[in-house]
Amino acid sequence: MPAGLAIVLAAGFAGLLFALAVFVGPSAVTPEKLKPFECGSEPIGSPRGRYSVKFYQVAILFLVFDIEAAFMYPWALLYRQLSFSGGHVSIFGFVEMLLFVVTLVVALAYVWRKKAIGWD
Amino acid sequence: MHIVYAILDNPATKWAVLAMVMVMPLASLLTWAERRQSAMMQDRLGPNRARIPWPVVGRTRLWGILHFIADAIKMIAKEDFVPGSVHRGLFVLAPILALAPVLVAFAIIPFGPTIYPHSFTSVLDTYHLAAGSPETAAAFTDSIRLQVFQVEFGLIFYFAILTLANYGGTIAGWASYNKWALLGGLRSSSQMMSYEVSMGLSLIAMFLIWGTLEPGAMVQLQGSEPWKWGIVAWPFVPIGLISFVLFFTAAIAETKRAPFDLPEGEPEIIGYFVEYSGLRWGMFFLAEFIEIVFIAAVITTVFFGGYQLPFLDADGFRFGGEWVLVNGQQVHLGGAFAPLPHGIVTALQIGAFGAKVILLCWFQLMIRWTLPRMRVDQLMNLGWKILLPSSLGLIMIAALAKLISFL
Repeated sequence: MPAGLAIVLAAGFAGLLFALAVFVGPSAVTPEKLKPFECGSEPIGSPRGRYSVKFYQVAILFLVFDIEAAFMYPWALLYRQLSFSGGHVSIFGFVEMLLFVVTLVVALAYVWRKKAIGWD
Repeated sequence: MHIVYAILDNPATKWAVLAMVMVMPLASLLTWAERRQSAMMQDRLGPNRARIPWPVVGRTRLWGILHFIADAIKMIAKEDFVPGSVHRGLFVLAPILALAPVLVAFAIIPFGPTIYPHSFTSVLDTYHLAAGSPETAAAFTDSIRLQVFQVEFGLIFYFAILTLANYGGTIAGWASYNKWALLGGLRSSSQMMSYEVSMGLSLIAMFLIWGTLEPGAMVQLQGSEPWKWGIVAWPFVPIGLISFVLFFTAAIAETKRAPFDLPEGEPEIIGYFVEYSGLRWGMFFLAEFIEIVFIAAVITTVFFGGYQLPFLDADGFRFGGEWVLVNGQQVHLGGAFAPLPHGIVTALQIGAFGAKVILLCWFQLMIRWTLPRMRVDQLMNLGWKILLPSSLGLIMIAALAKLISFL
């Protein structure tokens, strides 16, 4: 609820700036101004062409690793209960996360070796 | 509850005060500070001309601080212009999407202590506040917590909201129908994604130490003694310091500023906002500076004790001595104690928060003008091959250190 309020207020503020821009500034459109800005050269080809697959790879890897990170937050918060309950120290929480991180590092090593990360 | 306190304690009021009175002026001043700072570092004068010409008495110059007002007026008065071949809807949406999330994210930052208006002029009675007995309750009613949005998932909210700002740049790049803008947008999205992962992971070690994600609780746990703050959290290894370096690096990359300013890359591609002008461009610009303030605020909260001033507790300054548990109550024994009225303590703590944030903003400006821009491959390698494995390693080291500390 407070977050919703903040979102509405922030969007309202951004909208206000936007309205200021629309209503205060002058307007004098010429055909030259309407062209894509390429330092005065005539644009060649369309910007809707192909682009490097690298960007796509990064997006996929991001999904994988960011979702892994999401599993670590609850673990970090519960770590005290997992390792120290009823006066006993338990390595359960630590070992579980170690297995998880090792799996993750193996995956990272694989994409590293396949040169999916990096930009050469 | 008196209506005035109800209005003051309203999230909308608190957000408006935080965003419009504290953050926006600071972000605007930073635009001047950045140009002035870079000028000093490059042996130039920098902006020093903006002034108020008074009719008879002369003029007010203030080292050019007024430039940010001149800039704002100029941007508002500029032609509002949408190029011909852009995707209109997305082109209009992009600056709003870049600016609004950054302002929303401030909602989770605790920018001061809880205010008890009825104890404002007296020394805060922490004993009775903690005990919560009904006779003394009247002094502690109508309290105002200086944090807009207090939730248990606190910093996750920040990660979630700030990722939305990423769409601003990417959409702007695509909607502009311009090759350079598209390249800038793509670079921006891939850079944000590469560093988002390490940014989330580098803080997990701190969550592990504090056992909470809620920034307000984190500040409480750090307390007023500087050697208990996050930056010096040192269970066998300097976890706080390493976490700080990793997070700060990733966070600077997220703000898309030098040495990570490839999405803009002024001499080569100009950036995803190449087709924008006037106030629409100004919104991207402002969003960048607000992000600087936000990163500084998060780092202050997690690593530098938030609004805590060294040795200042809720009821006054304490030097030395120690806290002892007597009959279930924390009692302070030994050392020196200088009591202060609640109002002064509050003002000092809000001031301390502001000072820390300003120092960290300045630090970011210094980094921006000291380090040269990286190449794309260096950027990706730093994100995926250095920061990511290091933060994973740090998590395990922190977990091990914590486990040993239980023994």
